[in-house]
Parts: sequence; C-alpha cells; structure tokens
Amino acid sequence: MKEESLWYIFINASLINNFVLAYFLGICPFLGVSGKMETATKMGGAVTFVMLISSMCAYAIHALLSAIHAEFLQLISFIVVIASTVQLVEMFIKKMSPALFRALGIFLPLITTNCAILGLALFQTSKGYGFFESLVYALGAGAGFTLALVLIAGLREQLEFADVPGVVKGTALTLLVAGILSLSFMGFAGLGS
Amino acid sequence: MADQIKNKTGFLATLQENPSTDEFIKGLWRDNPVFVQVLGMCPVLAVSNTAVNALAMGLATTFVLLMSNILVSSLRNFIPKQVRIASYILIIATFVTMADYIIQAISIELHKALGAFISLIVVNCLILSRAEAFASKNTVGKSILDGLGMGIGFTFALFCLGAVRELLGNGSIFGVPFFPDNFQEWIVMILPAGGFFTLAIWLLIFNAAKQRRATT
Repeated sequence: MKEESLWYIFINASLINNFVLAYFLGICPFLGVSGKMETATKMGGAVTFVMLISSMCAYAIHALLSAIHAEFLQLISFIVVIASTVQLVEMFIKKMSPALFRALGIFLPLITTNCAILGLALFQTSKGYGFFESLVYALGAGAGFTLALVLIAGLREQLEFADVPGVVKGTALTLLVAGILSLSFMGFAGLGS
Repeated sequence: MADQIKNKTGFLATLQENPSTDEFIKGLWRDNPVFVQVLGMCPVLAVSNTAVNALAMGLATTFVLLMSNILVSSLRNFIPKQVRIASYILIIATFVTMADYIIQAISIELHKALGAFISLIVVNCLILSRAEAFASKNTVGKSILDGLGMGIGFTFALFCLGAVRELLGNGSIFGVPFFPDNFQEWIVMILPAGGFFTLAIWLLIFNAAKQRRATT
C-alpha cells in the first residue's frame, strides 16, 4: 500500500469519495432527518462524534483479533462496540445537556443502524490504516456526512415553497435532488490525482 | 346437511389459511420493502449497478432475513425485553458472517464486486425492522412466510434497479450485449448518481400507480 498523507485521507473521505453521495452509506438518516437545517447539523455532529470513538475502538479490536487469529469475530465485535458507544453517548448527552438530548430524540439511538459508521470501521481495517490515519479518516467521513446532510436539508427547505406535482413529492423528489448533488460531487474526483 | 357443514368448514379453513398466504404476498407488492416502505436503501443503491450483483445481494439478504426471522421468532419468549435489540443484532451479525463466508466460497469474483456491502447487511434496517415488528410477535411458521415474502420483494426491487442500470449504462443484461454495437452507453447510470435517478423514477412509477388506483 502506498503511503497517503493525512490531508489526502481527509479530502478523500469528505469530498472525493463522500460517504453518502459516492458510497451510499447512511442513506436512511440522509432521507429521514434532512427535512430541516437545524436537525441536520445536530445529527451530523452526533454521527461524527460516534464515528471518531468507534473508529478508535475498531482499531483496537482489529489489533486484538489479529493477535489471537479470530478475524471471523470482527463483524460481531464491531457492531457490539458501536451499539455500546451509541448507548454511552446517549447517556452522556442526557446527563450533560438534556436540551440537546430532547432535540435529537429518536435519531440518537438510530445511529446504531447507520451503515456509515459500520462501513467506516470496515473500510479502515481493509485499507490497513494506522491509528492516526484512522482518526483522520473518521473525521473526514463525519465532515462529509454532515456536509451532504446540510446541503440536502438546505435544498429541501427551499423546495417546500416550490410548486411540485403531487406524484413527485416526498422521497422521489429527495432522491432526484440527491442524484444531481451526487453528479456535482463527482467534479471533486480530479482532486485526487 | 352434513355436506353443508363440511363445505362450511372447508370454506372457513381456506379463510383461515388466507392470512398466512397474505403474510407472504404483502412483502411482494403492497408492502414492498423498497418501493413502498423505503427501507434498506444503502445496498439497494450501492450494488445495483449490474443485474448479477443485484440478484446476489438480494439472495444474500433473503437468506439472512429468513434465518434471523426463524431464530428470533423461536426465541421470542426467552429474550428479555430490555436487551432485545442487542440480541437481534447479534443474531443478524452471526448469519451475515455465515453469508459472507458462503459467498466467498462460491465465487471470489462476486465477493469482490459486492465488497463491504455483504458485511453491511447487518445494518440493513429492513432486517432489524422485520425482527422487531413481526418475528418477535408471531409464530415461527408465519415468520418464515414473512421473511420469504419480504426477501423476495427486496430481491425483485433490487433486480428492477440493477437490470435498468446495466441495460442503459452498459448496453447489456446479465453480461450479454443487448443493443447493437452503435449504442452509446449512458455512463451516468453506472455512476452513483444513476442509482439515485433510477430509484427516483421507480418510486415515481409506483406513486403514479397508487394514485391512479385511489382515484378509480
């Protein structure tokens, strides 16, 4: 594997291979929470935070499991760690800031089934990233997720006032917008070379 | 008289059978997981660039859905309510690991094409939602029917997307060229954006059909 600079990893994860628009990870919250700008930013922040923690844990687990030659347990241990991290974050936020806890509501526990987080853990192990590289990768992925979520939320807020035929309203419209957004993100592909 | 009673019980029996066939049918059309419930979108968009990938992904998901439905419904009286979600995820993760190794054994090439998305079946909301909403409350037999119906409905939807994207983006179906040589491929259909567009158009068709039925 060729050495990649940390800066390149960040740009790669956030723009060139955006988790939502190029890898289709985390589409469920992308479609569900992207109605309002405010919830979109908060959701992005929470997901980035969980990503950072679970990326560190995934690094440790991978090291441990390869030491005892039990790689087949990788998937199960990743998902358990992510679920408990989310639970921990939930309790922490509830204790420290009840207002934010109420604002995030049901979306907090739902982070567990956000494929972006498990995908991040799987990608970083298959790419063989070290500790700092994993951290930067997680940060980039979180930033990219937040960016996509905020962009689509802004677009949807504008579309509320547009006169759209009844058939197109709802998920189909969001998907069309996401498709156009994904096309424009492909312009970043040149950054990598 | 006896005949009449017999007829009646026969009729009643078919009525009682109806709900169970209904469990199977509903996943195919009325509650189709992709087109109607919009669940499990990530694999739908990511691996539907060719018809073969789409079919393989659909079958793998059906396997996991069926097995986890069976196990969850047979253990439904033993799993404490507080830890049920964690136990469901563990059960699902076990079967996904199995599916991962099975696909690897059958075809390395396919395994490479699907990549991380086999492991990501774990976080497919469709499977968890069937475990929580159906299998944890119903008998094993019903759960099998539900799992099969939903799985086949999911595979059908994936295939619809995969076939369209491969046909337009690659000019072929199942790897066999379909159009004459001078056909200009629509590269955008293979790219991620094509996934969004194709799914949006299928949803439009479903919406239009639903509206039409509602007005007539």
